[in-house]
Amino acid sequence: MIPLAQRETPVALRRRLAVFLIAAVVGLLGLVSRLWILQVIEGEEKRVLSENNRIRLHRVHATRGTVLDRNGQVVVDSRPSFDAVLVPEDASNLAVTVENLAQLLQQSSAETQSILHQAKGRPAFQEVVVKRDVDWNDMVALETHQLDLPGVSLTITPRRSYPLGTTLSQLLGYVSEVSEKELAADPRYRMGDLIGKTGLERGWESALRGVDGGQQIEVDAVGRKLRVLREVEEVPGNTVTLTVDLEVQAAAERALGERDGSIVALDPNSGEILAYVNHPSYDPNVFAHGVSTDEWQRLMKDPHHPLTHRAIQGQYPPGSTFKFIMATAAIEEGLINPFTRIHCGGGVQFGGHYFRCWKKGGHGAVDLHEALVQSCDVFFYQLAQRMQIDTIARYARAFGLGMPTGIALEHEKTGTIPDVAWKKKRFHQPWYAGETLSVAIGQGYVTATPLQMANAIATMATGSRFRPHFVKQVATPDGEVIERVGPERTHQLKVRETTLKLVRDALRDVVQTDRGTGKKARLKTVEVAGKTGTSQVVKLGEVRLKAAQIPWQSRDHAWFVAYAPVDNPEIAVAAIIEHADGGGGAIAAPAVHDVLDAYFRLREARGKANYAQNRSSADRPL
Amino acid sequence: MLKIDRRLIVHFDWTLLLIVLLIIGCGITTVLSATHSAARPVSSSVVRQLAWAGVGLLAMLATLSFDYRRLESWAYVIYAGALLLLILVPVLGAVGGGSRRWLALGPASLQPSEFIKLALVVALARWLHRMTGDQSLPIRALIVPLALFLPAGLLILRQPDLGTAMVLGLTVASLVLLAGFRVRYVLIALAVIAPALPFVWSHLKPYQKQRLTTFLDPMADPLGAGYHVIQSEIAIGSGQVWGKGFLHGTQSKLNFLPEQHTDFIFSVFAEEWGFIGAMVMLTLYLALLLRCFMVATRAKDAFGTLLAFGITATIFWQVLINLGMATGSLPVVGITLPFVSYGGSSLLALMIGIGLLMNIGMRRFTF
Repeated sequence: MIPLAQRETPVALRRRLAVFLIAAVVGLLGLVSRLWILQVIEGEEKRVLSENNRIRLHRVHATRGTVLDRNGQVVVDSRPSFDAVLVPEDASNLAVTVENLAQLLQQSSAETQSILHQAKGRPAFQEVVVKRDVDWNDMVALETHQLDLPGVSLTITPRRSYPLGTTLSQLLGYVSEVSEKELAADPRYRMGDLIGKTGLERGWESALRGVDGGQQIEVDAVGRKLRVLREVEEVPGNTVTLTVDLEVQAAAERALGERDGSIVALDPNSGEILAYVNHPSYDPNVFAHGVSTDEWQRLMKDPHHPLTHRAIQGQYPPGSTFKFIMATAAIEEGLINPFTRIHCGGGVQFGGHYFRCWKKGGHGAVDLHEALVQSCDVFFYQLAQRMQIDTIARYARAFGLGMPTGIALEHEKTGTIPDVAWKKKRFHQPWYAGETLSVAIGQGYVTATPLQMANAIATMATGSRFRPHFVKQVATPDGEVIERVGPERTHQLKVRETTLKLVRDALRDVVQTDRGTGKKARLKTVEVAGKTGTSQVVKLGEVRLKAAQIPWQSRDHAWFVAYAPVDNPEIAVAAIIEHADGGGGAIAAPAVHDVLDAYFRLREARGKANYAQNRSSADRPL
Repeated sequence: MLKIDRRLIVHFDWTLLLIVLLIIGCGITTVLSATHSAARPVSSSVVRQLAWAGVGLLAMLATLSFDYRRLESWAYVIYAGALLLLILVPVLGAVGGGSRRWLALGPASLQPSEFIKLALVVALARWLHRMTGDQSLPIRALIVPLALFLPAGLLILRQPDLGTAMVLGLTVASLVLLAGFRVRYVLIALAVIAPALPFVWSHLKPYQKQRLTTFLDPMADPLGAGYHVIQSEIAIGSGQVWGKGFLHGTQSKLNFLPEQHTDFIFSVFAEEWGFIGAMVMLTLYLALLLRCFMVATRAKDAFGTLLAFGITATIFWQVLINLGMATGSLPVVGITLPFVSYGGSSLLALMIGIGLLMNIGMRRFTF
């Protein structure tokens, strides 16, 4: 019955028990004295405070962090805005106050009803926002009619502002009120708080957000502030510095103009994005205020698709720009040597289908170098007949196509690099040799995003692939750097240096010789290497039509990818202009020219040494 | 089929039962006041609390039916069971107020962290009673208590429930000290750690501090917490000497006090019953304290003493921390006031604890 280990309670234990008892009694006595102070000595004072619930809690919203470009220019900022708020308990007659408000601010009865509704479902003495971001006239009206509006006051809240409008808008994203779901996921957010919804604002939310502060204020009987009892200061959000150079960005925007398309420029040695243009675009300031249904419908139905994030979501056939990858594969695999010549007579018959070259009369006998310089299609059709589709796919992936680049933006598309397995999975069909011919000139199933193409040409330039990124560093508002983002190498090409040199020389002559299709990208000061591309939107008919004869949506896309300087690449650019009036050489090469020209002019102007220093650290004072 | 020796009934501790019932009475009336509204004078919380008190009384009586010394051989099994329930919380648990503490159990929900307190005391008493003597215990005797405490403590901290984890830690420390672990070691450990803490803290970057505090308590809202304290102090102070009268508290009526029927229930009580009422409640707690210590001192064996003391320590650390928090003398951590705060699991666990105390007291003459 009784356990064996039973032991008498040792004497020492009883002694220590007494010590604990004394300690506990002392603790209780401490509480008695504290209660004496609170209830007897300070009781009178506390009774007064309790009578009118004179202590209010006022939340002070943290100012969201600033976003700068790599040279310290402001890209995104916050500005103070005035909100009209109402504390219903302070209004002697709530209905009358709301009525007067509606008249002053010209609010509809629906808005008035919504205010009254909010006033009911909320903790006592908490403010209801009547109108956000009131303008100067309304402010004056509210101030002058203060006596008719008991309980109404103005509070300052920081509001997000994007001074550059549509510039970089897809990359920056926008902020808007937290959703129910976001509220449930993170207890630090309160109803009505702003949160980053897309892009940088979303990805760097925790850095930019800051910490809200608050004040406990004592108010008088009608809710006017008497004094601040206790204050927790807000901590402003951190400053995020972009890798983007706003001046290069502006040049790229001018180069694209009002045409639909995208231009991406990056540093091939690090993956830092220097310019990032998508057109058409939208103004994030509109989102910061909340979008009306009409406006949303208009954006959704626009045939130019302003909401499509072209640089990472636009999947286009790369056209002839794909040839530098084909050329690398052919040489490296030993299928041809640099001296192998192939005759181009303007087209080639294969499998009952006639594959034409873009040049009607043909190029005559060309080697690989000339085939790239003049973008001969027949040369690459012939290569395709000697290559397995899986080999082409392997090289395309080595250049980063067919997979996400890993940029820190949501919903990035991968494009398509077809191979035997893909075709089987997608269409339950075997791969046909004829399809390889289309792939060889970047048509058929092949698609890539502008960012992928920029990264691919950058890989060609340096032999290494980096993860494209657009944030250089995060610093506290005092300038203390918390996080520096360095280059992240994602792939190193396993290709012989001689192969790379051969292809690079050809790409150089695309621009630097007058035979080259990309000669319009040539600069006076530095040598440029590049590749043109014209990708077909609809299948080729028997006769080539002039652009003007084709409906707008069916016109070809013009591509140009480039890097410069040839010997020591600093910048890689990809440009696509949708449904252009001509091919890549005529339309896209001049655009890339303008971007490179601006870049090297700026470099000259800022002084090479100074610029090199900026490239490594952007934390110099403004 | 309860078989209780007649001699035991003679020794039944009516005084202890009376004290506990009086405190529970204070609790239920205050829960009524805290949740009272014109539309619903008696809220469902009051009904539930009454029901839980009834269940608690039955559980208490059931606890008397066996000799507490039997617990010795079951101690680790009980602890393992309670720990298992605690492990189930993050897996199956329900979220309330931003943390995951409850297990749904039909119409009621169970808060395993309340039961682990009791189970840990039983397990510790089992381990310590064989070591304790007139000599001080060596350092290595600490290993098992720590091994018992850490899994439960960390699980509760993760819920997150800083307050309960703290009470658990303090209870373990109290028991270990009572059992004879050298005070000197504890003091040396404290002397080494304490001066280092502010040094380390001041050298942390603000964002690191923020990370640390959000790790310890993701709900930490310095402003919110500070706000609660001011409101609580105003509520208590405005009660003055005689109080505003039952159901006449104003601070609480306007929902100014958060958690007014759980963590901040004392503020509601003190506002309505004043300094006099607060003294009555403190006197009741003092009586409880003395009675509990009496049981611990008179217990038949070391196991009984340690068990009784452990239960007492759990209760009184909570009383001291909760009242210290409500009166603004201690930082705000979520802790309920024993027998008074609304909460079924807490009340049930406390009643079982009282049952064990009575059990120990009744059997001090048996062999």
